[in-house]
Amino acid sequence: MSGVEPQALPASVAPPRGRGRRSSVRGWRRGDQLIFVLAWTAGLGLCLVAGAIVIFLGVEGLRYLDPKLLVTSPSAAVDQAHSGGFLDPLIGTLTMAVLGTLIATPLAVLTAVWVVEYGRPHWLAAVVETSIEMVAGTPDIVIAIFGLAFFQLGILAPFSFRASGGGVYGRSFLAAGIMMSLLALPLTYTATRNGLRAIPRQQREASFALGKTRAATIRSVLLPSLRPDIATGATLGLGRIVGSTAIIVLLLGATLQNSPQNSVPLLGFLRGTGSTLTSYIFFNSPAGEGNAPQKAYAAAFVLLLIVLGLNWIVGRVSRIGAGAALNAGRMAR
Amino acid sequence: MFDRLRQPWSDDRAERVLGAVACLTAIAIVLMVVFVAERAWPTFSHEGLSWLGSGGSLDSQVNAMVNTSANPPASAFFLRAWPLIYGTLLTAGFAVIFGLAISLATAIFIVDFAPRPVARAMAPVIRLLASIPSVVYGLIGILVLVPFVGNNLITQGEKASVANVIELTGAGLLVSVVILTVMITPIMTALITDALGSVPRSWHEGAVALGLNPLRATIAVSLRAVRPAIIAAAALATARAIGEAIVIDMVSGGNAFTPKPQDGVIFFFEPLRTLASEIIDQSENISEPALRSSIYAFALLLMFSGFMLSIGSRLVRRPLRKYELSN
Repeated sequence: MSGVEPQALPASVAPPRGRGRRSSVRGWRRGDQLIFVLAWTAGLGLCLVAGAIVIFLGVEGLRYLDPKLLVTSPSAAVDQAHSGGFLDPLIGTLTMAVLGTLIATPLAVLTAVWVVEYGRPHWLAAVVETSIEMVAGTPDIVIAIFGLAFFQLGILAPFSFRASGGGVYGRSFLAAGIMMSLLALPLTYTATRNGLRAIPRQQREASFALGKTRAATIRSVLLPSLRPDIATGATLGLGRIVGSTAIIVLLLGATLQNSPQNSVPLLGFLRGTGSTLTSYIFFNSPAGEGNAPQKAYAAAFVLLLIVLGLNWIVGRVSRIGAGAALNAGRMAR
Repeated sequence: MFDRLRQPWSDDRAERVLGAVACLTAIAIVLMVVFVAERAWPTFSHEGLSWLGSGGSLDSQVNAMVNTSANPPASAFFLRAWPLIYGTLLTAGFAVIFGLAISLATAIFIVDFAPRPVARAMAPVIRLLASIPSVVYGLIGILVLVPFVGNNLITQGEKASVANVIELTGAGLLVSVVILTVMITPIMTALITDALGSVPRSWHEGAVALGLNPLRATIAVSLRAVRPAIIAAAALATARAIGEAIVIDMVSGGNAFTPKPQDGVIFFFEPLRTLASEIIDQSENISEPALRSSIYAFALLLMFSGFMLSIGSRLVRRPLRKYELSN
């Protein structure tokens, strides 16, 4: 793993093969020909599925998406014509994205820097690496339910509020945002770590030779050249935060409208409950209580646009290939 | 007072501060285990390991837990979680098997067959499929696939034959597996394609020079070299499949039935619940003490499966590092 440079594209994606071989498929054994057909089917099938999803959501979304939906708050109504728009979920998604990324990015970058540049004692570095892989492998529903138990501790009441019975409610933007950062952390960490490992040793040695300490080298030499990796990781993390539903349903209360806890400008809002686009879609699907498919399609279309935008940014920003970027996150859920 | 902070940090200080930050993740894992296990404890202390077994209707057991008193007696914790475990294994198992086959075929397609522009276009396509939020997949499942299966694939006769036990609406095993497969295939494909890309070109060329056709060379040399990466990819995909809550809750039907293979074709249309989807489904009743403990017990099971799979995939990937085939 040391010294493997991330390439513009994985070599596999652009195989420099001669042309003659492909024409010789006719001469292959039957089994090989079958695999040949299956491979083409699978590859084109995936493209077809992706295309179908985007086109379907685009058509349905544009049919039901009324610009008014973006600026009106949702309200409880049986009739889809009167149940309002999704201004509040949109704000909720934005808040979650900002909160989660603000918490996760510094944590992930500092952790990666410590593991690669210091990493002593060795066993502790191994524990940290394993912990991050464990966080990456933990289903978000488990993270959500852990967050619920955690933020219902009496001592953590300032993060949410006390319910009428006296118990801590444990659901708020702050609580959800902190747990969301756990989703983004492994993605940002892995991207940063791989970036650090790709920086040649000589660059550090040159800095040391000029009399800089390790800490100063990290700050003025390593971190600036890591910017693309950090941006890639943070954007991948952002994608996961925006797409997570379980944490919202369990930890944000998934109320129809964002309901601030008190009138204190920002803090009251962050301590209150609310919803995001994902929980709004869930609520308005036939599985939820709202059951307003038209609203769900419109919101899903907006969410898809956000995800496509993030994807586009990852493609532009990242130095590593698309597959490698996914690999960096291990699992962009 | 902040002057000290503005000055360049000494090495010692930077190491200590960064080290402390790095430990936070490990602390989070410990806290997660402690908190979830603590709340799940009443269930396991009252029910023991027979909790994992089968017996009775899970839905009625769960319903009986709603509206118990604040200090429920031991009998209130009665639950047999097997239907959920079975549902989890069934959906994740099918999805991973199908997903693995599709992603292997796709990886071979990208590496060996696809013309250059197509291969290049595959990367954003896979990235897109991987990043579509699960609730969007669930929405398409419940609004498109479920009605399609319910109206076209299930006959009236089949619906009538089981009408006194369950209602076949189309939501069930088949749709759950299809959606899960679409969700986990891109991750596996990306991981396997990446691993194949890191196999030295010369290994493959050597095999071709020995007379294998390019496909055989890929199968015999490249795929074999990255076997650990394939297993690791499958493990990570399994972790995602067992933990998927929202989608399964949307498309798996109304109750915690255990689909029975001896039912023939109907097997694929029968409803089910998984551990994760039951947590979402019962999240409104989480303030009921007995039910809360059961929900945390489901989460504990999921958490440990997730841990095992990530540690397992880490161990499996280890041999790859020797040849610098893994990053």
